[in-house]
Amino acid sequence: MIDKRIYIWQRLSALVMIPLVIGHLAVMIYAIKGGLSVAEILGRTQDSIVWLLFYGSFVLAVSVHAALGLGVISAEWLSLKPRMAAYLSLAIGLVLLAMGSHAIWAVTFATP
Amino acid sequence: MSTPEEKQTEPDMLEVSIHRGGDGKPSTIQLYHVPRQDNQTVLDIVSHIQHYIDPTLSYRFACRVGMCGSCAMMVNNEPRWTCRTHIDRVVENNKIEIAPLRNLPVVKDLVPDLDPFFDKWTKAEARHHPSATRHQPMHLQSPDTPERKRADANIECINCAVCYAACDTVTKQPDYLGPAALQRAWTLLNDAKDADKQAIWKAVSGSDGCHNCHSIGSCAHYCPNELNPMVAIAGLKQQTIRQAFSLTSLLEKFETK
Repeated sequence: MIDKRIYIWQRLSALVMIPLVIGHLAVMIYAIKGGLSVAEILGRTQDSIVWLLFYGSFVLAVSVHAALGLGVISAEWLSLKPRMAAYLSLAIGLVLLAMGSHAIWAVTFATP
Repeated sequence: MSTPEEKQTEPDMLEVSIHRGGDGKPSTIQLYHVPRQDNQTVLDIVSHIQHYIDPTLSYRFACRVGMCGSCAMMVNNEPRWTCRTHIDRVVENNKIEIAPLRNLPVVKDLVPDLDPFFDKWTKAEARHHPSATRHQPMHLQSPDTPERKRADANIECINCAVCYAACDTVTKQPDYLGPAALQRAWTLLNDAKDADKQAIWKAVSGSDGCHNCHSIGSCAHYCPNELNPMVAIAGLKQQTIRQAFSLTSLLEKFETK
């Protein structure tokens, strides 16, 4: 099921995610410990290109990584044919991308 | 009260459960009682049953000294070379269960059909691709080069299929080439005398190839010769990625477009 291309994409997306996950956890802890309100958080993210790029690349990497991983696990554990697993990967990837993009759009450009 | 003499005449009896079947028949478990002896191997038990209790029992062996790789079976659900497995190491409460190797079709009783196993060696291009004829001078090979050391590390594989039976990835993905074939492919890739490394790279990089390995490590754990196919497969993965991102490879892709 896993050929060289899937393997490379999954490793590359993981590589991108490593610093982003650490950054995301740090931001979460900072926001909670510092007691930031929703308005204060949105005040920092609204129209911020830095946060757009940070979470934009995070969403892209997660969509690729999780979609490929879940596709491979389904192929192995549910005995899906490779083509079915590829469709499942595509569907999972698109859903994650849509949800993530929607969230980023909401905190960056949408008016509260 | 029994005398010491009477005690000596009562040998320990082993309860041996053997999976019988194959050849279209459903698998059943048959129970045999075999006298326990000093220095007895699992193969000795199977041979005792076949010689003295049930001549219809089928099993496979050849050398009896751990050289040929013919006699591997599942012993208490673990793959082992039976000729070198003393029962003291595997028996539990004088009971032992013996079955044909996992992940392979059964010809009959304890005889697995090894065709899929060896077909995958061919599919992985795990065969020598000659680089010279007998009329050319002999290749001079130093044993000290890093490539040769990598090739030598796993060259003692006896094709017993223990690693193949131990591999959970093979169980889940029957098309996966498996540890033994990939390990031999790695050996050949590190062999200066192999002339078609591109064919091997292509064979091990496909959807049934090395990237499917989850590094569970059962192959290395159970290999009777203490080889480590997992390390060989990790080497394949690493090199395929290096190749994909090598300047030559990127230029080739650019030129073909």
